[in-house]
Amino acid sequence: TSEFHNLQELRHSASLETKVFIQRDYTEGTVCRFQTKFPSELDNRIERTLLEETVKTLNSYYVEAEKIGGQSYLEGCLACATAYIIFLCMETRYEKVLRKISGYIQEQNEKIYAPRGLLLTDPIERGMRVLEISIFEDQGSGTSSPSSSSMSSTGSAR
Amino acid sequence: MSAVMITRKVRKWEKLPGKNTFCCDGRVMMARQKGVFYLTLFLIVGTCALFFAFECPYLAVHLSPAIPVFAVLLFLFVIAMLLRTSFSDPGVLPRALPEEAMFIEMEIEAANGNVPTGQRAPPRIRNVQINNQIVKLKYCYTCKIFRPPRASHCSICDNCVDRFDHHCPWVGNCVGKRNYRYFYLFTLSLSMLTIYIFTFDIVHMVMREFLLFLIRRDTQAYYACTLELSTLKETPGTVLEVLVCFFTLWSVVGLTGFHTYLISLNQTTNEDIKGSWSGKNRVQNPYSHKNIIKNCCEVLCGPTYPSVLDRRGLMQEDSTVSAASAAPSSSSSISNAVPQTTNVVLRLQKTTAPLIPNEHTPDDAKPSIAASAEKSPSPREEHPPAPKVPPLASPETDVEDKTH
Repeated sequence: TSEFHNLQELRHSASLETKVFIQRDYTEGTVCRFQTKFPSELDNRIERTLLEETVKTLNSYYVEAEKIGGQSYLEGCLACATAYIIFLCMETRYEKVLRKISGYIQEQNEKIYAPRGLLLTDPIERGMRVLEISIFEDQGSGTSSPSSSSMSSTGSAR
Repeated sequence: MSAVMITRKVRKWEKLPGKNTFCCDGRVMMARQKGVFYLTLFLIVGTCALFFAFECPYLAVHLSPAIPVFAVLLFLFVIAMLLRTSFSDPGVLPRALPEEAMFIEMEIEAANGNVPTGQRAPPRIRNVQINNQIVKLKYCYTCKIFRPPRASHCSICDNCVDRFDHHCPWVGNCVGKRNYRYFYLFTLSLSMLTIYIFTFDIVHMVMREFLLFLIRRDTQAYYACTLELSTLKETPGTVLEVLVCFFTLWSVVGLTGFHTYLISLNQTTNEDIKGSWSGKNRVQNPYSHKNIIKNCCEVLCGPTYPSVLDRRGLMQEDSTVSAASAAPSSSSSISNAVPQTTNVVLRLQKTTAPLIPNEHTPDDAKPSIAASAEKSPSPREEHPPAPKVPPLASPETDVEDKTH
């Protein structure tokens, strides 16, 4: 995570251009799934296949989390038998998968998206409604124009 | 010029919009009106206390000590379920942050095309096909999102809730995706407890009367063996319990039955009331597995969904004047806590937050907000000139049926 923060500080002089929101795909019901439709704003920023791959992997994680099968029944019945007190000490399967997802998104950001001036936001921070992709201006090589210096001054005022 | 930074630890729940009350530093989440919840708690605890005081000593001795033991376990289960239902997040959907709301507005604008002046814009509805059924997703003007299927906006709590069932005043909270099974188990176990107490009250009274009858017969007291009901004088609590149980039985057992029916069909109370899948026009419930067991398993043994409302996360609040005097709209402060967005975004959102009025904006400020949005000295100067600000979302500018 420390590398990630350094990454953020590096891009701290980049200014946010716009944000794109990938919406939920409800065609399979209420299960959590994001659309694999490629937003046009990202046309010249990233290859379609890379984004599609990311979204598909995320979708498969969510499917795994929400799967109704032997393990979820066991978890449910056991928890019910203990009047759900067991949830105070035990992590649910969904929470485990969410941690995996958060790790995956961080890794994707470091490897693929940050080098292209993009940033993915974990859907859980947006109520699982959208996959937010922040698009940053293509960074110059460090020459400070007035706008970017005002950015960094507001940044350093933190 | 450096400002003195005093960061006070503010947790996100303090800045959440909506009409919920929070306790235990954000761990507990309830509706605003809690009076009826206290009544529920009082009735359950009170009746059980009377049961343990009056019935249990007698029954434990004369029948079996297992009776009070089972009653205690059942009572604890009921209370656990009640507290879990009341204190947990029902599945509240957080409101859209300004950028998301703006993005959606742009999409709507693009979809609607040019609306001739004087004509109202068409209602904001998205159609989605689920299991060969067209489901309409409505736009929520308060939360600025298109509601996911089965979500609904609770006007009492002022939140959109996922898989909204109903707002239960007895429990002091909404019943939604995350706490529906606790609610069902609460009504089920409460029915069982009520029936249990009622039965043993009757058993207790009958036993006492029968014993008296035997004693009278043996002592040769030849007056008419009428029921003197002297037991009532010995155990006055019993009458109270019987009364409470009698009235509770009809309502709670009925409610349990109703929810069992809903679960077997994988429907919510909200959908049932609105008649969403009532079968006319060949409309069927697209979420049902058409199998009672599968439906029950999904609702009761499905995954435990996490709360997407981060209540206990820390917010960074600095006491610089500009921050303090920025629009107090909670949407701007929620954005602060997202660790991945840079501080630039922070500034951006603080100055653009007033663009979209929320419930806190007085009505007459709305037009002036639209005007000031174009003049606001935001760092978006290098951004391509701000596109025409779409008409601020409000129910009056769109035609819609007012079922919010």
